[in-house]
This record gives sequence, structure tokens and C-alpha cells, in this order.
Amino acid sequence: MAETISLEVLRYSPERDAEPSFQTYDVPLRKDWVVLDALNYIKDKVDGSLTFRWSCRMGICGSCGMMVNGEPKLTCATFLSNYANENKPVRVQPLRYFPVIRDLVVEVTDFMTKLQSVKPWLIREKEKPVSDGEYLQTPDQLDRYKQFSMCINCLLCYAACPVYGLDPVFIGPAAIALAQRYNMDSRDEGAHERMDVLAQHEGIWGCTFVGECTKVCPKHVDPAGAIQQYKLTATIERFKTFLMPWAAR
Amino acid sequence: MAKQSNEPVLWALFSAGGVMAAFVIPVHLFLLGLAFPLGWIPAPSYEHLLALVRLPITRLYLFVLCFLALFHWAHRFRYTLYDGLQIKHLNELIFVCCYGGAIFGTVLAGYLLWNFR
Repeated sequence: MAETISLEVLRYSPERDAEPSFQTYDVPLRKDWVVLDALNYIKDKVDGSLTFRWSCRMGICGSCGMMVNGEPKLTCATFLSNYANENKPVRVQPLRYFPVIRDLVVEVTDFMTKLQSVKPWLIREKEKPVSDGEYLQTPDQLDRYKQFSMCINCLLCYAACPVYGLDPVFIGPAAIALAQRYNMDSRDEGAHERMDVLAQHEGIWGCTFVGECTKVCPKHVDPAGAIQQYKLTATIERFKTFLMPWAAR
Repeated sequence: MAKQSNEPVLWALFSAGGVMAAFVIPVHLFLLGLAFPLGWIPAPSYEHLLALVRLPITRLYLFVLCFLALFHWAHRFRYTLYDGLQIKHLNELIFVCCYGGAIFGTVLAGYLLWNFR
């Protein structure tokens, strides 16, 4: 195994550079190093101007998502040794389909706005007083949504989604999966409020079930599954309002 | 209530057509394309099959199969053109051609099956 490995990192400072460009760095190739370790090595020892987001280094915070050799990855969970035998530099780029603020940092306001629009919190028609105690939930009820609650908003699914790339109005995998996380929660009563946003072309109907979102998800959330599940729910609701207009809310 | 979209109806047809196509058409292909011609299963006579198709229930089945499979095709082809070729500006035309084609095919299937003697 070679002692060093080359990283080809996208550099871009919109106020200084006309075009993004790649800069190559050689970093020590250590068995236990992930791509994020290599970036931190560059920042500490080689080039302090390299800019990227990171925080927890353990796949929880969701801030170090980048394109590694063209694939959306959490860089804290992507080992350099996986690329050691390829005999070409490891290409590190900011997440696809998002505007670049600087180097590997992307602008995520679009996602934040979309996430808010699906109201990802527990909605109660009438909140019961604290003195009445907790809202109880059985393990079965928990299991219905638990998988979707694992999302860490790392946005790898957006960078993997060709529909989002072609049509940025698409509300996107993570936001729909998180909406479904609350829809499936036995304590929640807000499904009809979310439906107005979800059951639109920009919502679930934009999805053509490519399935890449689920493939790249580091937390095994299965956003594609959530979307298909919701398509069925929305279709049933639609037929219900057609057959029983008086029951429509 | 937000504006009602047509997508659920089209998706339901797409979905039903997909299930139908995936489960039923392979059986037809296996029987008529492999098992009967290769003699794995004794082939029914032409008259027997003709009598089978003359039954109203068979015709109804074939009509539903054609109808759903065509709408499955229309939906898939619409999105293939829409995303694959990225000709979003022709959206209305694509829509009319795909679902129009499916309606035409369905009517044709209905006409042929209805008049089958």
C-alpha cells in the first residue's frame, strides 16, 4: 500500500474565482483514516484556507456530506483505504445540485424552507394539559415511524436525486420522509395539513421512483419507500373525497 | 383543501397496470411463447382458444389487461420523455400524446374485443 494518497479537492471562492477549479493534495494514507480526516489534515498542515463543514465525525450530525468520486457520501464514514487501489486521486466535491458558498460548503436554505413547509413536528388538534400525563405509545406504534426518524438531514439523498437535479421545485426525499415520520406517529394529528403540501406535483408526484435516495442514505431511512407509501395514501384520500365529498375536510 | 391534482388517478392506473403487467403478462408469455410451442405442456387446439376468447369473462379480462397496461405505459413513457429527454416545455403535448395514445389503444381493444366473433 502506498504511503500517501492524492485528493483532488474542488476549490471555489465566488468573490475571488471566476470558475471552480481542482487542487490536488497528497495526504498520508492511514488505514483508519476517513476522507474527513484527510481534509482536516490538509486544513491543519497544508492549506488553512480549505473550507468545509463538519462536526461530530461519527455519522450523527449530518454536516460532512460531500461528493466523493462522484458519489454522495458522509466523509466521516468513507475510508480512504477504499480508494487506495484505484491509482488515481480521490475527487472530493461539494454536494451536487446545491449552490456553493465556498469550496466544499453548500447553501442549504432551499432544503430548510422545504423542510419547514411539511411541518415536521407533532401537530395536535387540541393539546392536553400537562397534568393529564404523557402521550403513550406502544412499541408497535413506535416501529411504524422509527426508521424515518433516523434522518440526520445530511442531504445526500438530494445530491443523489436526479428529479431534484432537473426540477429543483421538487420538495425532495428527506423532507417527504420526515413528513411521513410525523404522519405515521400515533401522537400526531396533522396529516391533513401536510397533505396540502405533499400531494402536489412538487411533492410526492414529482418522484419517479429512481430509488437513488434510499441507496445513498447513510442512516437507512428509505425515503423512496416513504414517498411510494405516501403516493398510495394520497391516492386513497383522493378517491375517498371523490366518492364521499361530504367527508372531505 | 388545495387544488385537486390528476396525478393520483394517473398513478393508480400506472400502479395497477404495473402490477398486472408484472404478474400476468409473464404467464401469457410463458404459456404461449414457450410452454405450448416447445411441448412442455400439451397445447390447446386453436378452436379451444377461440372458444375461450369468445367467453365474455375472457374478453373482459383481456380488455382490463390492455387498458391497464396501456396506462402503465403512458405514465412511464411520459416521465421518460419529461425527465429523460428533458423536454419539459412540451409537457402538454407529451401529456396528450401519452394518455391520448393509451385512450386510443383502450378504445381500439374494446372495439376489437366487443366485435370478436
